[in-house]
Formats: sequence, structure tokens, C-alpha cells
Amino acid sequence: MQTYNLASDGLRGLNAALQAQSGETNQTAWEVVNPKGNHAIAVGLTVALEVTIKGSTGYYCAGMNQAATIRVEGSVGPGVAENMMSGTVIVEGDASQYAGATSHGGLLVIKGNASSRCGISMKGSDIVVHGNVGHMSAFMAQAGNLVVCGDAGDALGDSLYEARIFVRGSVKSLGADCVEKEMRPEHIAILSDLLERAGCDARPEDFRRYGSARTLYNFDIDNIAAY
Amino acid sequence: MCGIVGLFLKDKALESQLGALLTEMLVTMTDRGPDSAGIAVYGGETGGEAKLTVQSDNPAVDFAGLADALSARLEEAVALEPNDTHAILKLPVDAVEQAREELARLRPTLRVMSAGEAIEIYKEVGLPQDVADRFSLTGMSGSHGIGHTRMATESAVTTEGAHPFSTGPDQCLVHNGSLSNHNALRRRLQREGIRVDSMNDTEVGAAYLTWKMRDGATLGEALESSLDDLDGFFTFVVGTKDGFGVVRDPIACKPAVMAETDQYVAFGSEYRALVNLPGIDNARVWEPEPATVYFWSH
Repeated sequence: MQTYNLASDGLRGLNAALQAQSGETNQTAWEVVNPKGNHAIAVGLTVALEVTIKGSTGYYCAGMNQAATIRVEGSVGPGVAENMMSGTVIVEGDASQYAGATSHGGLLVIKGNASSRCGISMKGSDIVVHGNVGHMSAFMAQAGNLVVCGDAGDALGDSLYEARIFVRGSVKSLGADCVEKEMRPEHIAILSDLLERAGCDARPEDFRRYGSARTLYNFDIDNIAAY
Repeated sequence: MCGIVGLFLKDKALESQLGALLTEMLVTMTDRGPDSAGIAVYGGETGGEAKLTVQSDNPAVDFAGLADALSARLEEAVALEPNDTHAILKLPVDAVEQAREELARLRPTLRVMSAGEAIEIYKEVGLPQDVADRFSLTGMSGSHGIGHTRMATESAVTTEGAHPFSTGPDQCLVHNGSLSNHNALRRRLQREGIRVDSMNDTEVGAAYLTWKMRDGATLGEALESSLDDLDGFFTFVVGTKDGFGVVRDPIACKPAVMAETDQYVAFGSEYRALVNLPGIDNARVWEPEPATVYFWSH
């Protein structure tokens, strides 16, 4: 276990040390102490490290993650796991706005609540929120799965492409072109797997599925005057 | 960008540390707003007296003999406590309006930053640490306070463009964001007889609240109606004689974090502004909801 003290040794040193690890490193377990809300902690990792951050972070924690498993024992500021490509990011507390924005792959688990724009423009990742999500979540989401075990705020899935949204609680309102869809066996299977991987004991049968009505992003000759 | 910090103390034992705690929070927000900084401190009530905070670009000249000159005009006792470019004038509450008029005649370039029984406002151009040092903010005590670090977007980097803005007796406002309908609203407010001195968008927001409250709204009601009438992005933190409030626009892209313990309620644009507060590890920490007015008072 490598322990890095952010308060005394600085942010650039941390990210440089983590990014310098090769795929064959035997220093796979890292612990970051004294994060104190700092920005851009553990970003741009490209190998399968296990990083635990002992406290809350600021903006852009675990951004651009690839292959690493990053656990935050606290809450995170805006833009956690932004543009994640693969790997796993687990937040024990809450996440601020645009968690998992534009993420292409990997799994983001938020054990508390996520605020507005969770999963905005997600492109293939899986995001599981144990609590609630704020307004405009999954805005323009293109691919992947957003699972909300609590409630969703206004304009869920606005201008949605092909991402799937599963919500167990209430949805304050659906965004443009987002509709409720039938929960078929294959969706139950996807959801069961995600809930299990996210350490959530919710029953998949209790969720509703939402997706794109596909009227907004397809060319429609009847709308030619509006283009 | 801009940074906001606020601290509302429930525990009187912390009041002597208010300035020190707020200054540390303010300086942490330097990279959100390195242009200018300001702070409103509530405390040291004068027992029936009012405090006018005044600012001058030329304090050596403007403050010299000012207390005596004003006292002679008002026929009331006036005390002046200088603090760098600012000074606190203490005088009877019912002489405040006349004092403003006399000050405009006696020292035309003097700016009145705030008036009230508890509020003092200090703000200047410069790095937050430098602003805090020149006013010795760390030594100040009080029951609550609000600070702001500015990164200018809508008007020039000047003292009068810095926050907080006074919205009425013992009231002030700080803002992170930008208002897009401030020019139209400024013209409307001027027609309503509300004074707006600068081209700054936040001053229009402050004047808007003053207008609503002049016409009978409570501060909470004025903040609620601001959600309908102000167009743009805002996280506002407001201070009153005995409390402070928070409201964010419905889009809520300007960040905000709050923390509450038995000892205090704290606000920060970012969590890192709060990390050195006593007991923060066990505080309830949350993000205020969009389009929701929060208010705490003693």
C-alpha cells in the first residue's frame, strides 16, 4: 500500500506518480490522505490501480479514468469521472453536478445522491446512483445505462439518444423526447447485473425504464421547414 | 467565476473567531476570484446607534475632520473609526438618512458601502489575502458574515464593482454568476425611484431586492420573486441583521455547498472553502437545491 499525503506533497506529484505506473507495477494499491476538497485528484490513470481517497474532493475527481478502480470515502464536487473510458469509480457520499459527463465506458457508483446533469452526454458508461439525481440528468445521453435507485428531478433524459435509464422512485418530469418504455426480460438482466456490481440490493422489478422516443434526433421529412 | 463564502454562527463562543474563520475561507476561494474581494461582517451592535461604512479613494483627506463636520451639520454626536480606505461612522439611527445627504455635500466622492446597526462592509480591488490584510479582517468578531472573491465578467474591476452590495439597512448581497437582463431591469428600477450607481449586474440584483422590500415584500418573498424576474445565472447569498439566506437559479450551474453543525451554518462555492472549519468532518454537508430559498436566523 502506497500512502500519499496530498496536503504535504501536492497534487501534481500525486497524478504524476499514479500516471507513471506501468501495467506491470506491483504498486497497485494507493491511498490518498488529506484531499480536503482539492480538484483533479487521480485523473488520467491508464492502468489497473486501486486508489482510495480518504475524504471529500473538489472538481473533476477521477476524470478520464481508464482501467483503475478509484474509491472516494467522502463526497465529490462537479464532474466526477468525467470522460471515463473504463474502470470503476465509487463515491461513498454525494456527487455534485454533471457526474460521469461524457463517460464512454466503465462503472460509476454513487452511494449517496447526485445533483443536476448526472450522466450528461454519457456515451457508453454505466452509472448507478443509490440515492436521487437532480434535474437534466442523462441530458443528450447517447449510450450506456443510468440507474437511479431513488428519485429523478426535472427533465430526465432530455434530448436522449440511445442510453437506457432505470428509475426506482419518482420522476419529477421527463425531458423532450424521453418516454417510459416496457421493461422486458433483457432489461431486467442488464439491471440485475448493474445493481449487483454496484453493491445495491434493490429489486430490478421495482424499476421503470425510460428511453428515447426517437422523434428528435432522426431526420423527418415532415419537419423539413424547421431544419 | 467568483467565489462565495458565508458563516452563520450558532455558538457564541466562536464569535471572536468569525473574522479569522471567514478570512481563511475567503482566501481559499482566491482562484475563483482574484480581481477583488469583500466581506460583510455583522456584529458589535452599537446599542441603538447606527453604523455607516464609508469608503474613499483618498482617505487621508476625506476622513480628516469628517466626524466633527458631520456632527456639526447633524447636531448629533458622530464618531469615526478609520480602517484603511474604509471608515465606520457611528451616529444615532434616526440621523442616518440626513447623514447620507450631508456626506454627499461634505465629501462628494465618498461612497457609502452600508448602513445599519450591525453590518460593516469592506471591499477593495486586489487579491483576497491582500484585501483581508489591509482591513485586518482576521481580528474581527461577529455573529455572521459573508465574503466574496470576484472574477469580473459584466463590469469593470473597481471598488464599486466588488461585492458585497448593500440592499438596505443591515442587508447585503453577494453573487456568483451573471445576470443577462440587468440593463432593462436597471432602467425599470430607476423609473421606480431605486438608486443604482454602477453598471454592475449584481448591483441591479441587490437593487431589485431593495425595490421588492420597499413595496412590502419580506426578504424571503423578494428572493422568491427574483427567481421569476432575474434572467441569468446566479447563486446569491444574502445577509440580514440576524440571519443569512441562499438561493440558486433553477439551472443551478453555479456551485454551492453548505455545512451545518451545532455550532454554525457555513456556505462555500466549493467544499474546500469549508475544510478547516471546526468539526467539519462530522458536519451535515449538502448542496442547496435549485430554485429554493434557504434562510437561517438567530
